[in-house]
Amino acid sequence: MSSDPQDGSGKTGQGGASATDGESDRARIARQFIEAIPHARALEMRVEELEDGRATISMPWAEHLVGDPRTGVVHGGVVSALMDTCCGAAVMVHPTEPRSTATIDLRIDYMRAATPGQRITARATCYHVTRNVAFLRAVALDEDSDNPVAAATGAFTLER
Amino acid sequence: MADRNEPLDRIKSRRDSALAALVSGVPYMNWLGIRFDRRGDELTAVLPFDQKLIGNPMLPAIHGGVTAAFLEVAAIIELSWAAMWEDLESGRIAPDVAVPGSLPRLPKTIDFTVDYLRSGLPRDAYARARVVRSGRRYASVQVEAWQDNRARLFAQATGHFVMPQNG
Repeated sequence: MSSDPQDGSGKTGQGGASATDGESDRARIARQFIEAIPHARALEMRVEELEDGRATISMPWAEHLVGDPRTGVVHGGVVSALMDTCCGAAVMVHPTEPRSTATIDLRIDYMRAATPGQRITARATCYHVTRNVAFLRAVALDEDSDNPVAAATGAFTLER
Repeated sequence: MADRNEPLDRIKSRRDSALAALVSGVPYMNWLGIRFDRRGDELTAVLPFDQKLIGNPMLPAIHGGVTAAFLEVAAIIELSWAAMWEDLESGRIAPDVAVPGSLPRLPKTIDFTVDYLRSGLPRDAYARARVVRSGRRYASVQVEAWQDNRARLFAQATGHFVMPQNG
């Protein structure tokens, strides 16, 4: 993923009371930006939390995202897309306020099949940054949140 | 050894229908629009550009998650294809979309690591996978993806898979 919420989005959409009340301007801009990404929209991603180098984004199960028709389990690529978006979002709300970010590498470990019909939620943490690089860890969960579906580690660019 | 005098159209139709059966059974591949070109046993995955694949509307660029998904699909299909080739050619199996249960089970991804080398342009993308090692239970696969120039990769990946255990 690559994103640049400072360009073009501006401070728009005072949507009134919502679950996102109290978030910082920066987080709000980042959320609006992420929810406007065509692929994030195609997967119906919803930003749940964005704060301080951490992001939580969820998406619903859908028939057309199935990778194994025998079981109805979503394709691993769907989990990749969610993890990548979530990691990029966590970078964008890091306190060092990067201007933009892009994925350098992302490794995903698939621990178990996500249960068909359940929402998938990714939580990413930007656990370290250098001048030019952000290091991330993320997990993907379904409703059995004690038992992760997948884990990811990644390196992202940090453009200041 | 295969029959040297087998009619060409029969050979092609056997291979093409087996490939179609492998690919068409997966809803997510169809949704992304991924298809496969075949030259003998060599497969090239093709991802035609579409607006919904965009991850950065400013540049614009293909979503990194789409790139990862495309590479993973290319790896899984190549691995299944390579694993079933002998059985297909010898006539032991005949995968057919119309015959449920005739399709081999797909390998399961253990882990998948993507290297993003440059941003994906809003154009068609191509990928070819190579099975580096395939044992009875585990396999390691390498994938390369490019757009305009074969030598200028925009992403590469490596992944490990558990092979389906057909009883």
